[in-house]
Amino acid sequence: MIHAAFLIPLFPLAGFAVLAAFGRRLGNPLAGWFATAMVLFSFIVTALVFAGLFQHAPDARHFTQHWFTWLGVDHLRVDAGLYVDPLSMTMAAFITGVSTLIHLYSIGYMEHDEDFSKFFVYLNLFVFSMLMLVLGDNFLLSFFGWEGVGVCSYFLISFWFERPSAASAGKKAMIYNRIGDAGFLAAIFLIFEKTGSVQYRVVFAHLGHLSTGTLVAIALLLFLGAAGKSAQIPLYPWLADAMEGPTPVSALIHAATMVTAGVYLMCRINPILHLAPDAAHVIAWVGACTAFLGASIGCAQNDIKKVLAYSTISQLGYMFLAAGSGAYVAAIFLMLTHAFYKALLFLSAGSVIHAMDDEQDIKKMGALAKLMPLTAIAFLVGWLSIAGIPPFSGFWSKGEVLINAWAVSPALWAIGAFTAMLTAYYMGREYFLVFLGQRRWVEAHAGGDGHGHVLEVPNHHSAKLGADPGATGARSTEETGSEPGHGSGGLHPHDARWVMSAPLVVLSFLAVFGGFIDLPFHPNFVLLERWLDPVVGHSLLVTHFSVAQEWAFGIADAVLALIGATVAASAWRRTAERPALEPRFLTMAWFIDWSFDHLIARPSSLFAGFASAVIDNRVIDGAVNGVGALARIGGLGLRKVQNGYVRTYALGLLAGAVVLIAFIVYRAGV
Amino acid sequence: MSVSPTWYLVLAAVLFTVGAVGLLVRRNVLVMFMCIELMLNAANLTFVTYSRALNDVGGQSAVFFVLVVAAAEVVVGLGIIVSLFRRKFGATADDAHILKG
Amino acid sequence: MMARTLLAASTLSLPHVNYTAIMPELIALGGSLLLLAVAAVTPRRLPTTVYAAMTSGIGIASLVASLVLYHDVRQGGAFVAIAHSIDVDGFSVLVMTLASCVLILTPMLAAGFFEREGLGGCEYYALACISVGGAMLMGAANDLVLIFLALEVLSIPLYVMAGLDYRREGSGEAALKYFLLGAFSSAIFVYGIALVYGATGSTNLGEIAAFLAHNVLVANGVLYGGMALLIVGFGFKVAAVPFHMWTPDVYQGSPTPAVGFMASIAKVGGFAAFLRVFISTLPTLSQTWKPVLWVIVIITVLLGAIAALVQRDVKRMLAYSSINHAGFILLGLQAATAKGATGSLYYLFAYSLLILGSFGVIAVVGGRGDTGHSIERYRGLARRSPLLAGAFALLLLAQAGAPFTTGFFAKLYVVEAAVAAHSYALAAVAMVSAAIAAFFYLRVVFVMFADTRLAEAPAGDAALVQAAGAPAVSAVGASGSGVFEPAVAGGGGVLLAEAPVRLEEETATPEASATGEEIRDGAVSAWTWSGLILTVGATVVFGIWPQPLVDFAQHAHLLF
Repeated sequence: MIHAAFLIPLFPLAGFAVLAAFGRRLGNPLAGWFATAMVLFSFIVTALVFAGLFQHAPDARHFTQHWFTWLGVDHLRVDAGLYVDPLSMTMAAFITGVSTLIHLYSIGYMEHDEDFSKFFVYLNLFVFSMLMLVLGDNFLLSFFGWEGVGVCSYFLISFWFERPSAASAGKKAMIYNRIGDAGFLAAIFLIFEKTGSVQYRVVFAHLGHLSTGTLVAIALLLFLGAAGKSAQIPLYPWLADAMEGPTPVSALIHAATMVTAGVYLMCRINPILHLAPDAAHVIAWVGACTAFLGASIGCAQNDIKKVLAYSTISQLGYMFLAAGSGAYVAAIFLMLTHAFYKALLFLSAGSVIHAMDDEQDIKKMGALAKLMPLTAIAFLVGWLSIAGIPPFSGFWSKGEVLINAWAVSPALWAIGAFTAMLTAYYMGREYFLVFLGQRRWVEAHAGGDGHGHVLEVPNHHSAKLGADPGATGARSTEETGSEPGHGSGGLHPHDARWVMSAPLVVLSFLAVFGGFIDLPFHPNFVLLERWLDPVVGHSLLVTHFSVAQEWAFGIADAVLALIGATVAASAWRRTAERPALEPRFLTMAWFIDWSFDHLIARPSSLFAGFASAVIDNRVIDGAVNGVGALARIGGLGLRKVQNGYVRTYALGLLAGAVVLIAFIVYRAGV
Repeated sequence: MSVSPTWYLVLAAVLFTVGAVGLLVRRNVLVMFMCIELMLNAANLTFVTYSRALNDVGGQSAVFFVLVVAAAEVVVGLGIIVSLFRRKFGATADDAHILKG
Repeated sequence: MMARTLLAASTLSLPHVNYTAIMPELIALGGSLLLLAVAAVTPRRLPTTVYAAMTSGIGIASLVASLVLYHDVRQGGAFVAIAHSIDVDGFSVLVMTLASCVLILTPMLAAGFFEREGLGGCEYYALACISVGGAMLMGAANDLVLIFLALEVLSIPLYVMAGLDYRREGSGEAALKYFLLGAFSSAIFVYGIALVYGATGSTNLGEIAAFLAHNVLVANGVLYGGMALLIVGFGFKVAAVPFHMWTPDVYQGSPTPAVGFMASIAKVGGFAAFLRVFISTLPTLSQTWKPVLWVIVIITVLLGAIAALVQRDVKRMLAYSSINHAGFILLGLQAATAKGATGSLYYLFAYSLLILGSFGVIAVVGGRGDTGHSIERYRGLARRSPLLAGAFALLLLAQAGAPFTTGFFAKLYVVEAAVAAHSYALAAVAMVSAAIAAFFYLRVVFVMFADTRLAEAPAGDAALVQAAGAPAVSAVGASGSGVFEPAVAGGGGVLLAEAPVRLEEETATPEASATGEEIRDGAVSAWTWSGLILTVGATVVFGIWPQPLVDFAQHAHLLF
């Protein structure tokens, strides 16, 4: 049964190929159903392989499936093949599972988009790349998947590239990821240089020969890669902008799966981190700081998706905190539960956006609970989970992370615990502003002309410029059907149809009960830990807490979460205007983007503008910035030499020859 | 009186240099081209000299190849130069400088 | 009696001519005669596509002959033929194969152009065949005189090709410049051969190598001088700095399909002989020529990248970029190892197809008259003809060394070879140059995909974009290890540059509209498409699965 593993990535790949070729012919919604089916098949195969793996003894739960020799130069030999072990199968299972749900949701969400089939082409390609990333049996193959998901992410963020902000957000994501990728690639070079292989098992077997310095370098370079992909300090700003993509993309790629690739990588290289504790400490601290930073910014954002984006950054920080502490099981545990509740939150948010005429400002929402009960309940479940209210899944996973953090350093625990309180607060704020309180959207839409002008533009392309087209079409049909002069400006928020609701229900269920896969009460209950033990057991942080201490931590977590939730409730249940709670430095995301702009980008472009104005006003285009300006001046100098006269060129040739002869004769000492 | 091969080589080197410098200082395309011919013949002289000094016939046969190539270059070169002159009579190499930068 | 003595004395022992050994060359050169003959005997002028089809057929025939030869060499080992003047080994067979591929693709990418321009006739195709024959001979030649001959057979058709478009002044100028400088460099080259001959007593590469291996030369100025002049000659052919100055002018002025062809075939031929002469014949002198090439590589990669930054003409930009590529190929040569040679060959393979395809696209976009090569013409191309823009973007990204294209592995192999030869500084400089080069490749890509309506975007957007660029800039300086953080840096720089100037450009150069024609996917000829599909397909397929190509390239050095 486990030998069917090769089918896991093959199904989405086939889906991608078929849709790329015939997607338009399949059309809407058949293309979507086809893509969903492909991912579902992949999930079924994963489940079968998973079950097959289970039948083996714990130490025998891994095997390599060799496909073909991918490339071989001298002694560098890279095989394309899959590595199946509990870690990769856990990842594959949740990736395919969550992807299936989100594919299903997308059928509803994207139903009016004219590029419907293209969307699913990208989604299937993404799933394939992601599966290659986690299932690849060597660094290079994982890197292949790593690049693949990056490309898909770029395409999907810029899916509505007619919208300038979407186009630039895509570029921004690509740039930040490239920085990380460079680190990853450098790490691969270094690993190959030192161990002569890039295969995980071979590399890990050779770690004993490596100096600590090398190991730290490798670990930190890989962490740089992971930080880019998983939006950690300092490479995090792209994730907030990535929300320009369609909401299912945000849910799938920028919350549940792709951004957790970095965490997966850290867990995969646990033998390296185990031998490089310094690097692990760096990772833990960066993770903790990111967790706090993301949560603090999330407290003052007004865009429903931006809040979730910063929350994702924050949660990813927790995962790195866990991985850096050596609590790999906790990291994976949090990754799983986070995938459930964050996907749930995003999809609920998508339903809200869909229903609210593409309004994303939570200050202009409110009181939607009555109109969209299912969505409200789903969001509530998501909130309680992420906040860590027992017995929701987030409570168990976050508790696991925090208790391990304490074992490394109480300071890390303190940051984490405070962040947990903030988490409960900002998600509560979002919940109350969106689903309770007054119907602020009534006056917002009745007051101005709202988005009515969109209707006057018959061309769907132009409509995209202004709004989220996933909903644009829906609204157009809906609004033309409604009587004019309705009090709420033609808005009828309501729950979405079943393809969009069903995933919410399933995810809600998982968000509530997902935590039960790893309960700390009894050794028999820690299923996930026992399952992952063959992979991470050797390098796992060993903690010695008594039962009473564990209870104390659990109660502390719950109390902190309740405090956060209570504060949110008391502050935001009735009003939407509390400037004191939204300091400007938080709204501006600690001025980090702003300072990039003002301290680096603007002066350099000013300087470049000055330079080109002085030298040549006509050629203002080009690479104008710190490095670029110098290069440009050099380039302009070269233009002067290249004056168009044959004589000059012949002189250059001859001079070169003379210098060459002189050089050689001098070197040879004739 | 016998002239040592060195002098032939020096002569060839001088011819070569004259050709190279001529290419740089003259503007008439035809004259520039003649300078190149001069350089090729300097190479030929060197070949023959060495051939003689080494008592090896290979160098002399090389000269024929070079001559043939030079002839082929003349054909193409004159064609190009004529097409230049057709556009503007009496054009010099310096007139062709619209492509630059 | 007298007559008999004379006869005896004048009996020349003709060498045995092994025709299979030079079959690909014979096919290519004979093909040109065939084309000319067909053109001469047909009463009316045939459509250009007929010639194109014939040329591709000739290319396929020579490809088959090359592969047969490859098979022979793999079975029976390398051998020399025709009085030791032709070397048939893995290396020469590889060069033949590559040149054949170029010959197959060239007419595909040119036919549409000549049809549109009404520049009928068989000249271009016949010249291409001759040139390809010369390039093959460059790879196979085992004698300096033969290399010189092959070099001329390769080059002279290119001079003519540069001037094919008699309507444009630039074409004639390009031909004149190329010809004068080419002849000049040939003269220098042949003088170098003469000096090497004088120093070693032979022009045969094998004999030279044997002579140098058995005689210790303490100081031989003649030999060193000759070697220096050989470097000049080869350096000119492959456009290495400082012998590169003809390149941008000639590329800009020549008819676009001719540029794609000359950019690929001249480098194929030039590097083939360059690699053979220096790695297999003059390895004993490597202590002398390696430092020279070290300097040349550095200035070549840097100058190519930097000068391309300020270009607004796409052809000219790619000319400088090809200089940058030449530096990378030289990087493998400078390593003076089998690995380096393999890397250089792989790079040549990747580069030839990339540059052919790129100029194929440029020929289409250039529009009637072959004049629309300003970068502004590419703005919004993705909207008008997404397929064309996509193909061009892919080719440019591959040139920039984006992963999972042949360009990536090409750069990887040569840099790895340099590192293995302990030329760390060189590898680092090459990386930096690739980082700079990514700026201008990505500029074109972003211009193509930029929405023309972006001009109306609010100023705040520009600031946002700039914020994105800033960290990328710092990344360039910091890292020099990955091959494609260049892409990062490029992205940042381009974004920075693009946003503030857009409005201005929009009004200043409405060139695309001035030319009055829109490029649409549908209007591109099937020939061009098939050429583009082949080049892009090879770039991607061998980028994802490079093993076959690497194996092929490796056989080359194994059988040296």
